[in-house]
Amino acid sequence: MLEAQDLARYFDVSRPALQRLLAREPRRTLRAVDGVSFAIPKGQTLSLVGESGCGKSTVARLVVGLYPPSDGAVVFDGQPLSVARADPAQRQRMQMIFQDPYASLNPRWRVRDIIAEPIRAFKLVEGKEAILARVGELLTQVGLAPADGEKFPHEFSGGQRQRISIARALSSNPEFLVCDEPTSALDVSVQAQILNLMKELQSRLGLTFLFISHNLSVVRQVSDRVGVMYLGRIVEQAPAETLFTAPRHPYTRALMEAIPDLEMTGRARTPVGGEVPSPINPPSGCAFHPRCPLANARCKAERPVALAAGESLVACHAVEEGRG
Amino acid sequence: MRGFFDSDLWWSFTRSRITMASAVVAFICIAGSALAPLLAPHDPFDLASLQLMDAFKPPVWTAEGDATYPLGTDDQGRDVLSAIMYGARVSLMVGFSATIFATLLGVMVGLLAGYLGGTTDAVLMRVADIQLTFPSILVALLVDGIVRAALPREVHDQIALFVVIFAIGISEWPKFARTVRGSTLVERNKEYVLAARVIGLGKLPIMLRHVLPNVLGPVLVIGTLNLALAILAEATLSFLGVGVPPTQPSLGTLIRIGNDFLFSGEWWITIFPGISLIVMVLSVNLLGDWLRDALNPKLR
Amino acid sequence: MTAPLLEVRNLRVEFPTRRGTLTALHDVSLTIQPGEVLGMVGESGAGKSMTGAAIIGLIEPPGRIAGGQVLLGGRRIDNLPYDQMRHVRGRQIGAIFQDPLTTLNPLYTVGRQLVETITTHLPLNPAQARARAIEWLELVGIPAASQRIDSYPHEFSGGMRQRVVIALALCAEPRLIIADEPTTALDVSIQAQVIALLKRLAREKGTAMLLVTHDMGVIAETADRVAVMYAGRIIEIGPVRQIVKHPRHPYTEGLMASIPPLDRRVERLAAIEGSMPRLSAIPPGCAYNPRCPKVFGRCLTERPELLDAGTTQAACWLHADG
Repeated sequence: MLEAQDLARYFDVSRPALQRLLAREPRRTLRAVDGVSFAIPKGQTLSLVGESGCGKSTVARLVVGLYPPSDGAVVFDGQPLSVARADPAQRQRMQMIFQDPYASLNPRWRVRDIIAEPIRAFKLVEGKEAILARVGELLTQVGLAPADGEKFPHEFSGGQRQRISIARALSSNPEFLVCDEPTSALDVSVQAQILNLMKELQSRLGLTFLFISHNLSVVRQVSDRVGVMYLGRIVEQAPAETLFTAPRHPYTRALMEAIPDLEMTGRARTPVGGEVPSPINPPSGCAFHPRCPLANARCKAERPVALAAGESLVACHAVEEGRG
Repeated sequence: MRGFFDSDLWWSFTRSRITMASAVVAFICIAGSALAPLLAPHDPFDLASLQLMDAFKPPVWTAEGDATYPLGTDDQGRDVLSAIMYGARVSLMVGFSATIFATLLGVMVGLLAGYLGGTTDAVLMRVADIQLTFPSILVALLVDGIVRAALPREVHDQIALFVVIFAIGISEWPKFARTVRGSTLVERNKEYVLAARVIGLGKLPIMLRHVLPNVLGPVLVIGTLNLALAILAEATLSFLGVGVPPTQPSLGTLIRIGNDFLFSGEWWITIFPGISLIVMVLSVNLLGDWLRDALNPKLR
Repeated sequence: MTAPLLEVRNLRVEFPTRRGTLTALHDVSLTIQPGEVLGMVGESGAGKSMTGAAIIGLIEPPGRIAGGQVLLGGRRIDNLPYDQMRHVRGRQIGAIFQDPLTTLNPLYTVGRQLVETITTHLPLNPAQARARAIEWLELVGIPAASQRIDSYPHEFSGGMRQRVVIALALCAEPRLIIADEPTTALDVSIQAQVIALLKRLAREKGTAMLLVTHDMGVIAETADRVAVMYAGRIIEIGPVRQIVKHPRHPYTEGLMASIPPLDRRVERLAAIEGSMPRLSAIPPGCAYNPRCPKVFGRCLTERPELLDAGTTQAACWLHADG
């Protein structure tokens, strides 16, 4: 359905030209995404996890064409993304769900107009009555009442707003949905509602998901395949079961280790030290080496490439050498 | 309409006596001047009705006062009250038109600069910056001077009103542009705008349908405060003699004319137009202040 | 049982609005012993942060404490004048908030802020205070503390900044810390470091802590006891193990069940239907009754107080017979 080939996106974060000249600074580039490849088969969910600044949200935006890639390509159902985006019939097949339920709905619009916007833009249904009927149908589908369409976004709770967002995304009958942290702004009891709703819609409508999240537990519940990102690269990619039962990359292991233990086994955890370095000036070689317990001289000098290790793709010298 | 009377705005309005009083005063000023032809006791422009015998009559409550001229008459026997009503009409008309002109221009520039960014933003905002370094009265004088020099006198008198409106409007737009640009920069990165971009909506529809309604709040405030400033600017220009043509005297013109008689004892000819101007500007200003506070969630 | 360090009795916080007075906190009562960590969980808007703010006297107007008492070491602090309360806040109670930038003054070096706090509250001269500040920065795990002390807050990364805030909250050696979502803005790997740090310091210094968070995992790792809040009330309170493993209130049960597990995939997560009512529309009887799977007649009309439910105390009629 969707394929990313060596996708990269750089941002110019230099100071304004005059200041740069006065301070004799070079241009500075932020490599938000630096060579990311993955493929999502139809009807499946690929999740990208990672900490803030790892580039996962940038990937989401590249994939729906909100940013042009600096390098590499996105292929949507066999055609380059730029070609697909230019054709309304293709464009309507992809949609996006956002993180912040308070910013993702225009506060000045009624809910029915928010949901009807894609319908009008793609001219999917003609006539006022027919559009209203379709909006009612979509609201019912996400667990709200058709009468809710008359209200404004501020009259709803966070979870209900996220349902409205989903209804808007579904209104153009998409096949591919990019979900950028769709539950991280929600309370946990509401998060479960939304995750259930998304899974139910996926099996009913045969949707394909690219799911972005920082929460490993959430990712486990929704994914078929998971990619772990660190500083603009995917360091490990594997089928969900494999990744969670047998994580290979030291960073993946560190992430799982860091999650507080609800089972209260009293297990002493050893949190990974240090912090995520700046993507403007990433460490040499493997970007994780300053924090990695297995790092050696090679990790410092040479950037690892993703190699198959069992069912996983792992970019790590230690795993490759059998030290991991 | 029921929605309006139920809103926080109406609620905060009813809680502030000063605001309600200013609204009443502003309403009287606007209604009184708009309906001047119906309400004014005399027609100050009807030369036939002017009696030179009635010149320099003091206000009605003084010893020589005359009940037909409540605020007295000027050197040509014109009723001061009527002249004020007609003059305020010109002042308000210029003020409103100049503000609307500045608002439209400023909002358009701000929206384009903020949403498109890059070179468009840099060029438009540098123009605004340069504009802001000149005092607005200087800009207005400059525009007026250029037009005067370029056009013959008869033509100039005909379009003088529009020149003043343009001159005042052009000196005020950067304020609107800066504010709108700032809010646009915030709004354009919000997720509802991204959602519209994902479905492939064009730049113009996004700007007009999504961004514009969400950046208008502060514009309303600046617009109201700017109305007071525009009225004052017009009065200043007219006082200096470069404003509206003498055939359509505004409050500023009346103050200038009356000024000549201030020291010979006929104070009412200039004082009453002056008081009217102050009252009008003050009430509009107070309304603007209230609107600013009422729309600012942090101060509520 | 020793005397509690903090005792909150029937605290009530009200917000007057144009449509009538909203009660954000009803009858909140709790105690914290010296050296104890009390976790406070709940959904956004349940009143957990409000409780913390009320204890340190930092409720934003027009909100106000409308009833009840807050006692610190047996002395009432909820009715102190502003200046005295400020002293209590620095010396006796330290506060840590979610966003470290709201606590740190961007114009002063972290050293100056630490030294100022230390000299205000402890009998030390500036040189001693500076030495103490460096010790604190080392204690919270800031590398090269003696050099970093003269840096400005913006020169630290998010995780390091939160460490500075912790040092600032602890350097006057308060007896109680109010930590409001101290790890929410941080990445998981940093979060684990900060939790470990807080736990260690509380244990070593014998400081009591009120830990407000929506993250059950953080609570399970850190707290000794837990209070669960819903719609402005504490609806269950008890030892952390009991609350996490054997909750007695249906809401706590639902809350625990809806946390997605890391170690397995479940087809359908146990969600609580609906959402928490707004303060202006709290139903009669038990506030949880519209969402409760175990609701019965009495819940609709009568509001339960905290009842003894065996291992915990739960405000639920299911435990009416003890």
